[in-house]
Amino acid sequence: MSAAMDTESTYSGYSHYSGHSKKAHRQGRDRHKSPRSKDGSRSEKSVTIQTPPAEPLLGNDASRAEEGQDDNWGETTTAITGTSEHSISQEDIARISKDLEDSVGLDCKRYLGLTVAAVLGLLVFLTPIAFILLPQILWRDDLEPCGTVCEGLFISVAFKLLILLIGTWALFFRQPKADLPRVFVFRALLLVLIFLFVFSYWLFYGVRILDSKDTNYQGIVQYAVSLVDALLFIHYLAIVLLELRQLQPMFTVKVVRSTDGESRYYSLGHLSIQRAALVVLENYYRDFTVYNPALLTASKSRAAKHMAGLKVYNVDGPGNNASGQSRAMIAAAARRRDSSHNELYYEEADHERRVKKRRARLVVAVEEAFTHIKRLQAEEQQKAPGEMMDPREAAQAIFPSMARALQKYLRTTRQQQYHSMESILQHLSFCITNNMTPKAFLERYLNPGPTLQYDRDRWLSKQWTLVSEEAVTSGLQDGVVFVLKCLDFSLVVNVKKIPFIKLSEEFIDPKSHKFVLRLQSETSV
Amino acid sequence: SYLISFSFQQRIEIHKLRQGDNLILGFSIGGGIDQDPAQNPFSEDKTDKGIYVTRVTEGGPAEVAGLQIGDKIMQVNGWDMTMVTHDQARKRLTKRNEEVVRLLVTRQSLQKAVQQSMMS
Repeated sequence: MSAAMDTESTYSGYSHYSGHSKKAHRQGRDRHKSPRSKDGSRSEKSVTIQTPPAEPLLGNDASRAEEGQDDNWGETTTAITGTSEHSISQEDIARISKDLEDSVGLDCKRYLGLTVAAVLGLLVFLTPIAFILLPQILWRDDLEPCGTVCEGLFISVAFKLLILLIGTWALFFRQPKADLPRVFVFRALLLVLIFLFVFSYWLFYGVRILDSKDTNYQGIVQYAVSLVDALLFIHYLAIVLLELRQLQPMFTVKVVRSTDGESRYYSLGHLSIQRAALVVLENYYRDFTVYNPALLTASKSRAAKHMAGLKVYNVDGPGNNASGQSRAMIAAAARRRDSSHNELYYEEADHERRVKKRRARLVVAVEEAFTHIKRLQAEEQQKAPGEMMDPREAAQAIFPSMARALQKYLRTTRQQQYHSMESILQHLSFCITNNMTPKAFLERYLNPGPTLQYDRDRWLSKQWTLVSEEAVTSGLQDGVVFVLKCLDFSLVVNVKKIPFIKLSEEFIDPKSHKFVLRLQSETSV
Repeated sequence: SYLISFSFQQRIEIHKLRQGDNLILGFSIGGGIDQDPAQNPFSEDKTDKGIYVTRVTEGGPAEVAGLQIGDKIMQVNGWDMTMVTHDQARKRLTKRNEEVVRLLVTRQSLQKAVQQSMMS
């Protein structure tokens, strides 16, 4: 039976592989590749959690593209508590017309946000320096001389500004890794706080000092020092709100993939729904096996066969009772004694047997191939210069002996579209270079790995949409459910609170560890 | 019919048998106040630390005298055996100058009482 199942393989040519026919074979292979490029052009609304390369940030606090949305916010009254607009839009026409708008609008928003943050940061940074320098420039002759005290204060201002600069660089200068639908509430609040704070300082400075031309220079310098101190404290507040609060785990999140039910659990702290979605997606690429649509066809065909073969005849007269008909069909299908469970069982057992057989053949072929390669030691290199090869050539030399077995195995497990010949050769030369055993070489092919392991074109999951009944900026609560939709599948996320743990203590004195010997002897008399 | 469980006391007189240099009685004992009463298979109350007969040699003096496995030895020649250690019990039974030991034992018994009405 396995011979009949062995649907053949135009790649049997690999056994006669030689350097000359490399190109022809590769072309033949590419012809049979089924390219999938469904992602890319379709984008829904303004949510795209994608992974683009981004420019580094400038400024005191990082507010990303969302900062620009502040302008739009002013127009609509639904502010933070608005429900998410990211329910699925059904109208194709509206979507097409929005596509053009959004792709332009998004970039503008992001750059606008960055520039606003940069300008604010620069302004805030230069304010203390301006406070100190303006009196010197404007009414230098009237100022009271202020000796060592002022110089000490100058030094402290300089170092505090330096510390602030380093701290801001360490904390906020990061490449944004994602584009999120709504602004971060805490970041926006912090920026507003900083702006109000600096504005009030300038107001006071302008009215009390510039207008009245205050001559007490020491007081002015101390005013500037107090501003820098307050900025450092705001920086501390930013660390606590933006970084530290999320660290302690409060919720356990279950992520289930809709197509095959693969699930994982993650621990999260106090995050908003959109940030939690971001964490889930980052972990998705690492933990979940790659989405393989070829594995789902079996269950679909079974489902189709279940309802097929039933016809409904309307005996009672005219009148199209659609719901009644479908109910009748379902009832009849349920009652019918079909043996599809039998088929499923035997099919699965058979498939497993086939996979195991092919796997055994593959392992043996690879082991044999690896025995032909031997690493030359340094002294031997002088003795046999003619036969030396670099890793790539060595890989190409042993590849033909295992190519057929590998190809058959990949086809049986439906992974063949994830590995091209070039990638296999590359991996083989990598393994040879690093002295890996045949098993280490095969680890990548025997089981489907996480999505990150494969080529980006094969991911089928790069643009995501967050579907949520609650506002995406609201925090996680117990029982919240949201869905991350991709084109082909979706991830359903269920949030549960970590239970409150009551831990009590019991002290055991080490001296209380005493034991007795319990005998039961029997003596004959 | 009913199953009635009760215990009755019995006096048993064993004549020791001489084997070489030893006088043997032909049974084994278990229990004692220094032993673990929970492991005693014959006692009804698992905190009972008394001396029990755990084995009776076939054809030995004890069997001949009517001692049965599971009997609890209450007295040996007038000496109380309910509050003794295992070794004290052994010593009291194996005194070299005694040829006869008189035991007071307690035995549990199960009897079927058949209702008169059912028989008739």
